[in-house]
Amino acid sequence: MTLLDLITIAVIVFVLFNGVLTVVLGVIWAERKALARLQQRVGPSRTGPSGILQTAADAVKLMLKEDVRPGSVNRLIFYLAPLLIFTPIFMLWMVLPFSSGLILSDLDIGLFYVVAILGLSVVGHVLAGWASNNKYALLGSARNAAQLISYELPLVFAVLAVGLLAQTATDRPFSLAGIVEAQGGVPYLLIMPLGFALFLVGALAETARIPFDIPHAEEEIVGGAFVEYSGIRWGVFFLTEYAGLATMAFLAAILFLGGWNGPFSDQFPPLQPLYLILKISAIILLVFWIRAPLPRLRIDQLMAFAWKLAIPASLVNLVVVATVVYAQQRNDWELWLAGGIISVVSIALAVVTGFIIQRRREQRLNQFRQRWAQ
Amino acid sequence: MATDAGMTASVSRDPMTEQAELRINMGPQHPATHGVFRMVLTLDGERIVDVTPHIGYLHRGSERLAEGENFQQITTLFDRLDYVANFNNEWVYVRAVEKAMGVEVPPRAEHIRLILSELNRIASHLLFYGTYGLDIGAMNPVMIGFRDRERIQHIFEGVTGARMMHNYFRIGGVKEDLPDGFTPAVRALLDQLRSGYEEARATLTESEIFIERTAGVGAIPPDDLLDYGVTGPVLRAAGIDYDVRKADPYSIYEELDFRAPTGQHGDCYDRYMVRMLEIEQSIAIVDQALTRLPDGPVMGRVPRIIRPPQGDVYVHGENPRGDLGVYLVSSGGTVTPYRLKIRGPSFCNLMALADMVRGMYLADATVILGSLDIILGEVDR
Amino acid sequence: MTAGDRPEQPATPSPIEDRVREIAADNALSLGYSFDELELRVPRDAVAELCGALKSDPDLNFTYLRCLSVVDWQDELEVVYHLASLNHPHRLVIKTRAPMEDPWVPTTIGVWRGADWHEREGHDLFGLEFRGHPDLSPLLLYDGFEGFPGRKSYHIPEQVTFYGD
Repeated sequence: MTLLDLITIAVIVFVLFNGVLTVVLGVIWAERKALARLQQRVGPSRTGPSGILQTAADAVKLMLKEDVRPGSVNRLIFYLAPLLIFTPIFMLWMVLPFSSGLILSDLDIGLFYVVAILGLSVVGHVLAGWASNNKYALLGSARNAAQLISYELPLVFAVLAVGLLAQTATDRPFSLAGIVEAQGGVPYLLIMPLGFALFLVGALAETARIPFDIPHAEEEIVGGAFVEYSGIRWGVFFLTEYAGLATMAFLAAILFLGGWNGPFSDQFPPLQPLYLILKISAIILLVFWIRAPLPRLRIDQLMAFAWKLAIPASLVNLVVVATVVYAQQRNDWELWLAGGIISVVSIALAVVTGFIIQRRREQRLNQFRQRWAQ
Repeated sequence: MATDAGMTASVSRDPMTEQAELRINMGPQHPATHGVFRMVLTLDGERIVDVTPHIGYLHRGSERLAEGENFQQITTLFDRLDYVANFNNEWVYVRAVEKAMGVEVPPRAEHIRLILSELNRIASHLLFYGTYGLDIGAMNPVMIGFRDRERIQHIFEGVTGARMMHNYFRIGGVKEDLPDGFTPAVRALLDQLRSGYEEARATLTESEIFIERTAGVGAIPPDDLLDYGVTGPVLRAAGIDYDVRKADPYSIYEELDFRAPTGQHGDCYDRYMVRMLEIEQSIAIVDQALTRLPDGPVMGRVPRIIRPPQGDVYVHGENPRGDLGVYLVSSGGTVTPYRLKIRGPSFCNLMALADMVRGMYLADATVILGSLDIILGEVDR
Repeated sequence: MTAGDRPEQPATPSPIEDRVREIAADNALSLGYSFDELELRVPRDAVAELCGALKSDPDLNFTYLRCLSVVDWQDELEVVYHLASLNHPHRLVIKTRAPMEDPWVPTTIGVWRGADWHEREGHDLFGLEFRGHPDLSPLLLYDGFEGFPGRKSYHIPEQVTFYGD
């Protein structure tokens, strides 16, 4: 490794790090502004045009704040935990492709890498909760671990189905760039809407957004694992959360919305990052929109939703995709028939289950409406 | 490693095989305890095994303070009890003194008091609506609730000069007549409240997650509620039709057309719905009272120095939170009361909390506490 | 009616007067009216059983304890129970007294659980012992508070020392 290589790496890391931080500041500002508009407020308006510098000012304030460490914490782990939460998100950005030519590291197994790294952040949360020596923090981190483990499954199954689908159009089905290229014609959102829905739900749960923000429900456990953190350490948790949201939106755009593909994107490559940013922004706004009116679920309802609905549905999705893809690759009429039957049965099962669940919910809701119909 | 985390001390020796209960201290500084209320929860995982409520952090000795103040001055203390329903509090107190002295209140003053108190009931329930949404994690309701509440406060400010601590009701009437343009302003307000109510309904009442979070949560048998002396929307949600305005009518409530909504199941959802329907009813009450608002004086014939004869009276009225009672003992010939006991509805409702919370999830604790809609100023006095 | 006058007895006497007299029997020190409220005075020993009897009697059915107040009459402490029934339009006031030297009354927590905090408050502020109450720990005051701030004899010390450091 020459000196030049080292310098290059340093520059890349510097640019990426600051780029992500800037994106996160923008996302936080966008959330405050969008939420305000959804709630008939104005939102930040004093710091810079439309308050765009508000989050920067907040970050500066956090950095200047005293870093309070309670006496009863386990110091080493207490200081280590923010880093352990912070790092995986930036490791993810190493493999995210910004356009067909702008990829830092185009791994052949980028999809697996992403899934593996995503699961890492739970370690930081658990350590933060344990090291704080605070019962609220402990409860928060336990909730976080439970939630992440439960929602990792539908998320991974949905992502796996994307990889299977991509096999039909590219020879690098588990590389993120390959998946985008495979979606040149139709984005997978249209082929596999169930998969997208599951991915979105899983992403909301992984990033602990409303209605799944149980790990740091302020009204119950006052912020969960971060209760004892203050100053920039708390700021790191906060930034990571939004970085996680941006990453999830990025992944959703790549895996389901066709990434940088758009009209004339092949002929005119500079358009590609623009399309990508548009798609990411759309997903982020969707998440904000979900946040504004919805209340939070309870932990048992959250678990019930994951294990009774999301995981079976993601399995159905995976089976259907797998059989169809297999049949199509072999191009054998018997396989087509078998695949068709499996798909039809799976879909029929899913529809019937969904129908029954919907009926029950309707009945339950009607019960409540009738309670007060007098 | 500098310090070994003290957590191990509270966990049993072999954490792999034995289970330990977690004791968690919620409050007095906690975002969802609606003030300085503290409850010590014993948890088994996410389940609540037991709860011990602790109150008194806001105890200002209002009752004892009142023994050193003139009868006219005590109204200000009542403003500060249930500080989101000030008019309703003032009203019960001035009625107590009026009953002790046998003072007649002119009809116009009665109407003004009723209109302001019912508007205050709406304001209080709107505050409940907003904070209850927050308790469950929804952000929009608080904006809707506070927007409409602010409109009501604006009217109050026009009438009394203060947004909250009004000190407007006087023994024998009210401080001064209504400002010009009060009636059209309130009529416009009622229209805004009606449209805001629809918005509120669409946001929370019909939200599926909200129903899932509140339905079947925190219900205890109606007999237990009665046993604890629980009143107000919490009692009515369990199907017991007890509203002081109906059961023991005061002022001009008998002449007005309204109903006290009751629920069936007594869970958090029914409590919420009872309050929402009460907003509708209160709008109707204000509407009727405005129509028949008579002209005339706003103060009755009251001596300059208030000296009720010897004796004791107990007067109660329907507050947004329930049955507020004032027990007034006068030793006769003094300008200060001998003893003043306030029976706060929040105080009594809070007693039932432990029964409601036991066996529920940790997340339900704040939902149930929110559904009781306590105001600590009144609990601690 | 001018200010200052008040009726010693309401226009129509309470329909439950006879029934209350029957139940109270020998225990009643007096049964009269204060404004429109029927008022029963009893010795302190009998108050708990009497409340129980009044609650369980089907004609009276005083299920709702509206208020429980303690009044300091310098030499005596008076406990006032305001009762109401929800299925009948009846109300009743019960008063009992305890001498200041030996301040106790029996608890009524077995009759209405709602008496719990009212009694703890009475114990807190007036130093009145509600005999049989399971937990008379301070409710409104902090642990270790000295004196009974509800009593007329209590004066706020010039320097309040708070519990702890």
